[in-house]
Amino acid sequence: MTQPVSPPRDEIPKLSPQVEPSPWRAVVARADVRTLSLLGVLAALILIGGITKPDEFLDTRNLQLVLTQASVIGVVTVGMTFVIISGGIDLSVGAIVALASVWATTVATQDFGFVGIFFTAVIVGVGCGLVNGVLIAYGTMVPFIATLAMLASARGLALQITDGNTQVVTVDGILDLGERDSYVLGVPPLVMVFAVVTIIGWLVLNRTTFGRRTVAVGGNAEAARLAGIDVRRQRLYLYLLSGLCCGIAAFLLIILSGSGQNTNGNLYELDAIAAAIIGGTLLTGGRGTIVGSVLGVLIFTTITNIFALNNLQSDVQQIAKGAIIVAAVLVQRRTASTT
Amino acid sequence: MAPEPPLLTMSGITKSFPGVRALDGVDLDVQTGEVHCLLGQNGAGKSTLIKVLAGAHQPDDGMITWRGEQVILRSPIAAMRLGIATIYQELDLVEHLSVAENVYLGHEPTTAGFVVRGKDAKASTAALLKRLGHSEVDPARLVGDLSAAQQQIVSMARALSHDVRLIVMDEPSAALDPDEVDNLFRIVGDLTAEGVAVVYISHRLEEIRRIGDRVTVLKDGRAVAGGLPAKSTPTREVVALMTGRNVEYVFPERPTHQALPDPVLEVQGLARDGEFASLDLTLRPGEIVGLAGLVGSGRSEILETIYGARKPSTGQVLVDGKRLKPGSVRAAVRAGLGLAPEERKAQALLMLESVTRNVSVSSMSRFSYGGWLDRSAERNAAQKATRELSLRPDNPSALVRTLSGGNQQKAVLARWLLRGCRVLLLDEPTRGVDVGARAELYAVIRRLADEGLAVLMVSSEVPEVLGLADRVLVLREGRVVHTAPAQELDEHRVLDLVMEGSPAS
Repeated sequence: MTQPVSPPRDEIPKLSPQVEPSPWRAVVARADVRTLSLLGVLAALILIGGITKPDEFLDTRNLQLVLTQASVIGVVTVGMTFVIISGGIDLSVGAIVALASVWATTVATQDFGFVGIFFTAVIVGVGCGLVNGVLIAYGTMVPFIATLAMLASARGLALQITDGNTQVVTVDGILDLGERDSYVLGVPPLVMVFAVVTIIGWLVLNRTTFGRRTVAVGGNAEAARLAGIDVRRQRLYLYLLSGLCCGIAAFLLIILSGSGQNTNGNLYELDAIAAAIIGGTLLTGGRGTIVGSVLGVLIFTTITNIFALNNLQSDVQQIAKGAIIVAAVLVQRRTASTT
Repeated sequence: MAPEPPLLTMSGITKSFPGVRALDGVDLDVQTGEVHCLLGQNGAGKSTLIKVLAGAHQPDDGMITWRGEQVILRSPIAAMRLGIATIYQELDLVEHLSVAENVYLGHEPTTAGFVVRGKDAKASTAALLKRLGHSEVDPARLVGDLSAAQQQIVSMARALSHDVRLIVMDEPSAALDPDEVDNLFRIVGDLTAEGVAVVYISHRLEEIRRIGDRVTVLKDGRAVAGGLPAKSTPTREVVALMTGRNVEYVFPERPTHQALPDPVLEVQGLARDGEFASLDLTLRPGEIVGLAGLVGSGRSEILETIYGARKPSTGQVLVDGKRLKPGSVRAAVRAGLGLAPEERKAQALLMLESVTRNVSVSSMSRFSYGGWLDRSAERNAAQKATRELSLRPDNPSALVRTLSGGNQQKAVLARWLLRGCRVLLLDEPTRGVDVGARAELYAVIRRLADEGLAVLMVSSEVPEVLGLADRVLVLREGRVVHTAPAQELDEHRVLDLVMEGSPAS
């Protein structure tokens, strides 16, 4: 690499360096108005849950259940967040989770045991992501269309494999991971996987060139291209990443349900997109946070839990979710215009 | 002057945009049935003026009188209702609709107010097209399937579908072949014979001589001459009016090069069909070469093709004697090329991001270990580069969208400085940069050249090219018509070359 050509010169006046604001203050001042408001919403929900059903909601088992349920969709959402930040969309995540979960639980796969199930789920997820990525990055298909096609095909293939039957898992060791005996300090293994995926996702987005390129491509793809970034390759990698997350989520779902079904992961795409959006990810790309998305997932899962405990039907639940999405976007637009 | 009041009088029209006074007390009067030409360099205020006339911009000050009565053009529809139609350079047609649907878009003939009478629309469209001498265009065809010339006819038919008294044409001949231009002139003649006035904008003096009645010359947002006779005013006088400047830029002194090193960039026979023809060019370290030409002369396309953002039809680009992979930006960047594009916001900057991230985006691998970023090294290096260019504010975390145009340009230059680029391609380097900040930018560019960079710059502002470059290539319609050291050229000469194509004495 060539070194910069120009040494500093004295002719051009220099300003004395300003005092830098401390990074912590910058965090509080900027990004985290949004994070704090999401935390506020989550706290309010916990309060509501605690008031309406004090015994059941705050019970350790219930909280473990909420987090476990959040884990599967949460892992999918981390991948989705990357894709949306890059200016794309992945409508096929739910279908990929379904396909990965049934492929990993066929009788043939189960012969290879625990490892076989895990790797099949991951490889199927990455494979679907590869198809998405190639179509979008090199076939210049619109992400909406390409992943919509994948949604249809993957669900169809999942149905074909199972013929509509539930494929029960018989491998030893898998189901144990969902049992209470395997909890470490009260934390279910599924939740630990979710936590690890979240931390890795945060690091990749904020501390690596990959994350930087993702943001650049989503913020201004033409500028990124003219700056020398390989925009197409980056897009391919992003859909691979989303597929990988779906594979991991499928494995978690197998542990959770003890089976593989072609109806798994139904409408995950909408939940993941909604969580990312209320977490502050711009649907047009260029901006978004992992923390926001994860909080979005926790908010939705908590609502579902509170509604279930209060014996409210899922129709009411759906309406509430819709209202929250609208409210979150309106609030964010407000904070965006004032800062 | 005719005894009857003018059809249109615009007086003292003033319009400011943030940081620019686009129009500063412009007067224009148009008589019934005349062809009134508007002349001026890029940025003189022509398009702002016609947008005010079309109702698309509201003037900050000034008065518009239409057929003796003072009017306010609140919207394009208001202007249209009065009988003022505008045909813009970028045609505003809906490609997926038919010719007739485009012509009557927004004022479809209807029954009971909402049922569109398609047959009537087609019949009257056919009549309009016949009047324009293009009865071969089928009103039922999709506009997207038509040629550029035919699309222009459709735009004109749309204007005539209103009860129009004044048609504004913004460089209508730019996209046309010579025989299509003849037809355009015939149409203009027919319209004026019917009493319709035409405001005609063109860069081509010979056209203005052929069809114009009077000429108004704009310069730096002012009308420097109004209502000159189009046929008899000498070219020299018109060019002098267009170029005489109030603002004198300070350009850095040129170093006296003894012997320049071997060329770093060689362009051999580079061409792109329909954009520019066989270009040869060598660029040596320490040298600034300027491309002068009008909008549409292929300047930006040349830079982008050298940079690999467009694929050439023929020809090649060599860096240090090695051939670059055509059509690959990454190859160009790796070989040491850097581009500061014309549309900074759309093509160069990440507007949501900080200065540091904008500067480091092309050199991230230098601050990373296996993809892991060393953010303090990144920040320090970016700050070193921006300080060298005295980018203000001196704060690497400032968001790039809060910077002024000149400092945004410095952020782009810092990106390539940090990358260690050796050939800098500058497309309109001072577009959107305040007049006051330009001199500093010129000094920065010259300093970079003195330090060994080779610079290829493009500008539609002729004085900028002449003042900054060592050597100038003059372009006209995608061809180099003249090459000379900058000191041997003056602005009149260059404008003669770009407008008339032949070197004037």
